[in-house]
Amino acid sequence: MKSSFTPVVAGSAAPDAPTPVTPKNIQYNGGEPNPSLAALRDRFGAAILRADVMWGETTVYVERERLHDIVQWLRDDAGQRYDYLSDVTAVEYRDREVPLQVVWHLRSLPFRRFLRLKVEFSREEKLEIASVYDIYHGADWLERECYDMFGIVFQGHPDLRRLLMWESYTEGYPLRKDFPLRGRFSRSEQLRQALSANPEARYSMEELTIAQAFEDLPEAMRRRLTAGEETGE
Amino acid sequence: MGLTASPDRSVATYDPGSQESWVATRLDFLVNWSRANSLWPMPFGTACCAIEFMATAATRFDLARFGMERMSFSPRQADVLICAGRVPFKLAPVIRRIWQQMPQPKWCISMGACASSGGMFDNYAVVQGIDTIIPVDVYVPGCPPRPEGLMYGIMMLQEKVKRERMADNVIRHEIEPDPTSGLYIPPQAIDELSEPFGNSVHQTRSGL
Repeated sequence: MKSSFTPVVAGSAAPDAPTPVTPKNIQYNGGEPNPSLAALRDRFGAAILRADVMWGETTVYVERERLHDIVQWLRDDAGQRYDYLSDVTAVEYRDREVPLQVVWHLRSLPFRRFLRLKVEFSREEKLEIASVYDIYHGADWLERECYDMFGIVFQGHPDLRRLLMWESYTEGYPLRKDFPLRGRFSRSEQLRQALSANPEARYSMEELTIAQAFEDLPEAMRRRLTAGEETGE
Repeated sequence: MGLTASPDRSVATYDPGSQESWVATRLDFLVNWSRANSLWPMPFGTACCAIEFMATAATRFDLARFGMERMSFSPRQADVLICAGRVPFKLAPVIRRIWQQMPQPKWCISMGACASSGGMFDNYAVVQGIDTIIPVDVYVPGCPPRPEGLMYGIMMLQEKVKRERMADNVIRHEIEPDPTSGLYIPPQAIDELSEPFGNSVHQTRSGL
C-alpha cells in the first residue's frame, strides 16, 4: 500500500480533451467505444471475447482466466489508469440459455473513462473467479456481497464470508433465479433459525474493537475477560 | 392596615375538616396515572416509520405532552418499545434481546405495516410481524403512519395502562416462549399467518 495519498484531478491525464458536458441524445446501441477497448485488444488479443456499446457505455466480455491480469493491467498501465473499482456484482437472467455474468465496473478518474468488464458462466460450471482484492482493496465487501447473494466464489479473497445475510444462513443464495422469493424454509423454521443465532457472533474477532484493544486493557479487566466473565449485558 | 397576621409556618397543624392538602384515591389509579403519563420510549427505528416517529417527537406534534420526550436509548431505563420499521430476520435476535433487557413494567407498540405484519416485504429476509418474536400491546397501521396515528396509538396504550390492576400480576409474568407457555406460537400458527399467499414450502419456482 502506498504510504502517502496524492489526490487525482479528474481528467488530468487528458488535458486536451473537450470539457465534459451532460450527455444528450445518446444512442441506445452502438456508438463510439471506450478507447481502452482497442488498447485491450492490442494487449490481450484473444482474451477479449467481444464487446458492445450501449447507452454510451462500453462492456467488454473477457476470458475468465485472464480477468485478473486484465484488471491489473488496466489499473497499472500509464495509458489506462483505472484507479477506482466502483462495483463488483453479478447478473442472472430468467432464460436458462443466457449465461450468468459477473460484472466489474471500473472508472478511470485521470482519463474520465468508464469501463464494464464481464465474465460469463454457463449453468453447469463451478462459479469460481479470481478475486481482485489484491488490486483494489475496496473489492473486499463488494465480493463478499456478491458471494452472499449469488454464491460466486472469489478465489484469493482473504475473508470470504456472507455480508448481508447472517453467517449461519443455510437457505442458499437469495438473488439466484432458482431461489424462491419467500425462502426455502417455512416461516416458523426461518424464525427459529434466526432467533437461535447469537447477535454477537456475527463478527469475526478482527472486527471486534475490544479484541483489538485487548492488550491495552487494564490487567484486572484482562484477567476477568480471560476467565470467561460476561461483559455487561 | 387591615391585614391579618400570617400563620406560624413552623407549626404543622392538621385539621381534617379543612379539606386541604390531602387526597384519597385508589392506589391502582395513582400508580397507573403516573405510569401512563411518563412512558419512556425505547425507539427501535429501522426504516421510514422512524422518520415519522422523529416528527412525532419534534416540536409540531410534541411527544412531550405525553411525558414521552425522554427517549431512552438504553433498554434498561425504558418503559415502552416502539418498533418503527421492518425487522429483518438478522435483527430478530437483537430486538428479542432488547425486549428481554427492558425492566418490568414494559409495553410495546408496533408502528407501521412492516413491524405489524411484514407489510409489502413478504420475502425471505423480513420477519412477518414482530408479534412472532415479542408481545405487542398496540398496533399502529399505516405505511408509514402519520404522527397523529402514532399519537392515537400512544393514547390507546395509555388507556390500556390506566386499566391495569396491581393485583392482576399475570400481565407481568414474563414467560419464555417455550412450547408449554401461553405465549408460545406453534409453527403451524405462524405458517398459517403467512397465508393466503402460501409460504415458501408451497411456493413453486415460477416458470423455471
